[in-house]
Amino acid sequence: MDKNIKYRNFKNLFFKGIVIVFTSVCTLPLLLVLYRIFKEGISAINWSFLVNLPKPVGETGGGIANALVGSAIIVLVASIIAIPFGVCIGVYLSEYRKSKFAYWVLLSVDVLQGIPSIVIGIIIYLWVVKTMGGFSAFSGSLALTLLMLPSIIKSTEETLKLIPDSLKEASLSLGVPYYRTILKVILPSGITGILSGTILSVSRVAGETAPLLFTAFGNPFMNTNLMKPISSMPAVIFNYAISPYEDWHKLAWGAAFILISVILILNIITKIAQRRWRVQF
Amino acid sequence: MASTILKAENFNAFFGKNQVLKNINMEIQNNNVVAVMGPSGCGKTTFVRCVNRMHELTPDATASGKIYFDGDDVYKMNLIVLRRKIGMVFQRPNPFPTMSIYQNVVAGYSLNGIKLDKIKRDEIVESALTKVSLWDEVKDSLHKKGTFLSGGQQQRLCIARAISMNPEILLLDEPTSALDPISTAKVEELIYELKKNYTILIVTHNMQQAARISDKTAFFYLGELLEYNDTKEIFTNPKHEKTQNYITGRFG
Repeated sequence: MDKNIKYRNFKNLFFKGIVIVFTSVCTLPLLLVLYRIFKEGISAINWSFLVNLPKPVGETGGGIANALVGSAIIVLVASIIAIPFGVCIGVYLSEYRKSKFAYWVLLSVDVLQGIPSIVIGIIIYLWVVKTMGGFSAFSGSLALTLLMLPSIIKSTEETLKLIPDSLKEASLSLGVPYYRTILKVILPSGITGILSGTILSVSRVAGETAPLLFTAFGNPFMNTNLMKPISSMPAVIFNYAISPYEDWHKLAWGAAFILISVILILNIITKIAQRRWRVQF
Repeated sequence: MASTILKAENFNAFFGKNQVLKNINMEIQNNNVVAVMGPSGCGKTTFVRCVNRMHELTPDATASGKIYFDGDDVYKMNLIVLRRKIGMVFQRPNPFPTMSIYQNVVAGYSLNGIKLDKIKRDEIVESALTKVSLWDEVKDSLHKKGTFLSGGQQQRLCIARAISMNPEILLLDEPTSALDPISTAKVEELIYELKKNYTILIVTHNMQQAARISDKTAFFYLGELLEYNDTKEIFTNPKHEKTQNYITGRFG
């Protein structure tokens, strides 16, 4: 009996150990990556790095202003398209859970989520870039929109599914029309979940490179025209990193550092928002 | 002045092919408290939910026959008007979680886009909360979230929300089943007070409660209205054997 209990205690301890070891093993590389980017990146960053355009090979200095602006524009436009669509589709899916159409929509959303981003890039290239006659920031945004949609849709749908029906009934029983019930009661109650899904998808696509290669293409100059090729952070990192020049590598580290910082900040904002606006049913 | 405010005529309700209400005929006088009683699954909640047409929210739910509210067929009335005139309180307290206590009370106005000036709003909040005797408990924390209140307070807040719209009928669907005895007593007192201004339909599993607070009692059994009479009469001299068995606790 006594021995048995000792054995069971040992098993408990063993299990605990395994969980901790595996977690550490997973976290360590992540921390190492962050450390390396931080170490290499921080030295590349200064004011002129942020506000200047890239310089040709041989000249020192130069910055990534065009890529920063480009990424901001591409992601902003993608969000402007993806968020309303995604939230509406999510509302539809949670409201009409049992309909056949919702079933198929949900299935296609799941499949869309699994399509490699390079394939999305090629499809947008065939559909948009070719028909519009050239690479453009807008086509890049469309590619990112397709990548953002699934996670916005899923997070909206899953958040709204958790909101008790009794809230909807409370609102309807006060004579509130259905559309106002959705807009003023259901969506605000789910705002934290929808928001965190949305920010997560923004930070995910901000680092996407592949879908931009065939769409936004890249541009060594400053561009704010949606219909023209535009530079982006991941594209700049890619181009600099595969170049043979030492100081371009440095620029790539700097750009990577900034990209990761932005993503980190977005995630922290999400956490704060979740804490502040937490809804208790 | 007793006049009929609600009248069901040959009313049937279904979930898919399953008939849950069978040929209900019932008249309710204004300023009465009517207890709707019966074993689980007898259709009492469905009946109450048909009165403000919440029944049809459930997929596959259908109904036939007539329910008249003040002489108007509810199935021909504008849904929004109907529901503003017939308030409802649910089994579980359901204050809006994103709103403060104050905002919850005037939610019927704000959600409907009815603009009120601040003085009027304050007035409505105070009078509704006073009516549900919650005012003294929450007057210093009106801007806290409604969900911070205890269950009993939340339920009274929900009643305040319903009566702030000045409905003519109040539907209470087992309003005390999730509450402790003290909160239950408060809600019952409240029902007694509210009776002066509203007609109340209350679904309850609790026979003592029905006996305590209602003027009339309707006994539902397997979707039929078996007996509907003065509460005193039902409890002292039930006409139907099933009613007698139920109130004496032999089944249900």
